[in-house]
Amino acid sequence: MTDASPTQATKPNTVVKPNPIISFEKITKRFGKTVAVDNVSLQIQEGEFFALLGPSGCGKTTLLRMLAGFETPSEGRILIDGKDIAPLPPNKRPVNMVFQSYAVFPHMKVSENVAYGLKMDGVAGSEIKTRVAEALELVKLDGYGDRMPDQLSGGQRQRVALARALVKRPRVLLLDEPLSALDAKLRDQMRSELTSLQEKVGITFIMVTHDQDEALAIATRCAVMNRGVLTQVATPADLYEFPNSRFVADFVGSVNMFEGVLEKDEPNEAQVRCAEIAAPVYLDHGVTGARGSTVWVALRPEKIEMHKRGEGSEAPKMEDAPAGANVVPGTIRDIVYLGSETIFEIELEGGRRVKTFRSNLTRYDQEDFTWDEPVWLAWHACSPAVLLS
Amino acid sequence: MEQSWKQAKAAFAAIAVPPVAWLVLFFLVPLAVIWAYTFGENVGPTTIDFTGTFANYARALEPLYLDIFGKSLIIAGLTTLLCLIVGFPVALAIAFAGPKLKSWLLLAIMLPFWTNLLIRTFALIAVLREQGYVNFALEWLWNNASGFMTLIGLQPLGDYEPLTLLYNNTAVVVGLVYVHLPFMVLPLYSALDRMDRSLMEASLDLGAGHMRTIWSVVVPLAAPGIASGILITFIPALGAYLTPDLLGGTDSQMIANVIERQFKRANDWPFGAALSFLLMYLTFIAIAAQAFIQRKAERRG
Repeated sequence: MTDASPTQATKPNTVVKPNPIISFEKITKRFGKTVAVDNVSLQIQEGEFFALLGPSGCGKTTLLRMLAGFETPSEGRILIDGKDIAPLPPNKRPVNMVFQSYAVFPHMKVSENVAYGLKMDGVAGSEIKTRVAEALELVKLDGYGDRMPDQLSGGQRQRVALARALVKRPRVLLLDEPLSALDAKLRDQMRSELTSLQEKVGITFIMVTHDQDEALAIATRCAVMNRGVLTQVATPADLYEFPNSRFVADFVGSVNMFEGVLEKDEPNEAQVRCAEIAAPVYLDHGVTGARGSTVWVALRPEKIEMHKRGEGSEAPKMEDAPAGANVVPGTIRDIVYLGSETIFEIELEGGRRVKTFRSNLTRYDQEDFTWDEPVWLAWHACSPAVLLS
Repeated sequence: MEQSWKQAKAAFAAIAVPPVAWLVLFFLVPLAVIWAYTFGENVGPTTIDFTGTFANYARALEPLYLDIFGKSLIIAGLTTLLCLIVGFPVALAIAFAGPKLKSWLLLAIMLPFWTNLLIRTFALIAVLREQGYVNFALEWLWNNASGFMTLIGLQPLGDYEPLTLLYNNTAVVVGLVYVHLPFMVLPLYSALDRMDRSLMEASLDLGAGHMRTIWSVVVPLAAPGIASGILITFIPALGAYLTPDLLGGTDSQMIANVIERQFKRANDWPFGAALSFLLMYLTFIAIAAQAFIQRKAERRG
């Protein structure tokens, strides 16, 4: 963190451009009495890699399936290139989908799978051949055309599903939980491949995922959904650093959350008193909430510094600790060593436990923190996110 | 599981002996006796000599009986085909029905099993005979049409001639389709119900219409279910006895009716046994064909 770090409470969303490729207009979807999607309005721009992020049952898949044509909105309109797609059945929409189970036809060769959509469109045989070969090369499956799907690994089957959708040159490619069925190593590899694939073909990708790491790593912009409602739409960095609600702060990444009362709120500083933190939390920016109202302070573990607190030692000063704006005493209660970093769980004086991460920068931990050791916790005045809801 | 029964051989044997003994005594032994009869000769009203002759098989392969075999194959094949044509949409509809409706539909399919075959066949006679419900309905339509034509000043149609719907090959096929339809629907339903729905959605997504999706994706993937449906419809239809006996005319004899006559009226057990075993060999061929298709489908995933 440098002094130039942003000092506002929230950041405005990315500028809305005039001609979105996809526009959800007040979409509501009910299944019987349950509301799966609740009055969602959302614009997606051409060329974006957009992620719909949320816990299972939040309505993200329903939204994607309405776009593909497998569900019909109860209310609202969906526009592609400004045109209402309600009258179009799934087979006439300019979108193609990569299914969570991949849905590769098991009774067709890889090349037949990829050619299927082109055949349906009545593309000439010779053109089908070249386009199938191109698509297979694009997903690095050249030479696999004659194999049957059961001779492929899960990752290869997914590439077939990708090639099969991309070969149709859709306006938008839909991906339903594309990485959830892959093992961890392959998932990391596929993440970067999906990104470079999207850059190469230049098609708008919309991905549904429940995995916040995946969304942050791949997407250019994310929409977080909760119980059918669109909670926040932002770039991955803004989502993480400037969440607009407790739900987003908690769902995206790890967080220490404190309930408190807004004591002071001025343009350049604010103060929140939290029952669980001994000292008031000081902020170097205003939060535009009513004084005396209940707010929540969200503090990411990696933004908390930890210092030794010896017998009779004083709290670190601003000079010693750059994060000296907020300093509270605590005691280490738990240490989880993860290799690249270590998670410390620290008990504050009131008994509340908070989490902090420390990167293991050297092979020997010089400071050698241990269980039940007294420490100071410190954080910048710009680090906490103050949430009004 | 494998370990546990190996360790408790006595217990396993105690459980296995009664059914095995039952099968050997009441299935394998009689079957072997009948098989032995196929090589025997009638020497008296109740005595059969096991002479090792092939005369019974030779006689069973005479044109007269080959014709009946051929006819049985055609009737059973037609029955199976009609069951497939009628049963596939029914199975598809049940597989895609909501969970509540689905159990009611399955119940409706299985309901006929709760009634005795003889009673069901007589009920069908009541529906199809000249003084039956089909003819009543047609007569009602005919008379109304006739009255209407008089009303608008045309010649009336004349008296209604009841259709002959019974005691012919059509009646046999109709009866067999009615009896065997559940055998076709249930395996088809279980194959379609298991199918990954996203495969059909993928086909739609890639630009195929509904009919095209059914033809290119659903039917090939349901092939094992279709094969077993065909098999368990075809085999009992081929050996059908009661339906052709009650609904058929003099020329609608199927092979089971001929076999019955050999064992009873003609009292020629060796010849009846030879006909029975020819039928069984045909069945084995059908099962082998189905197993072959199944294995091919499984190898494909």
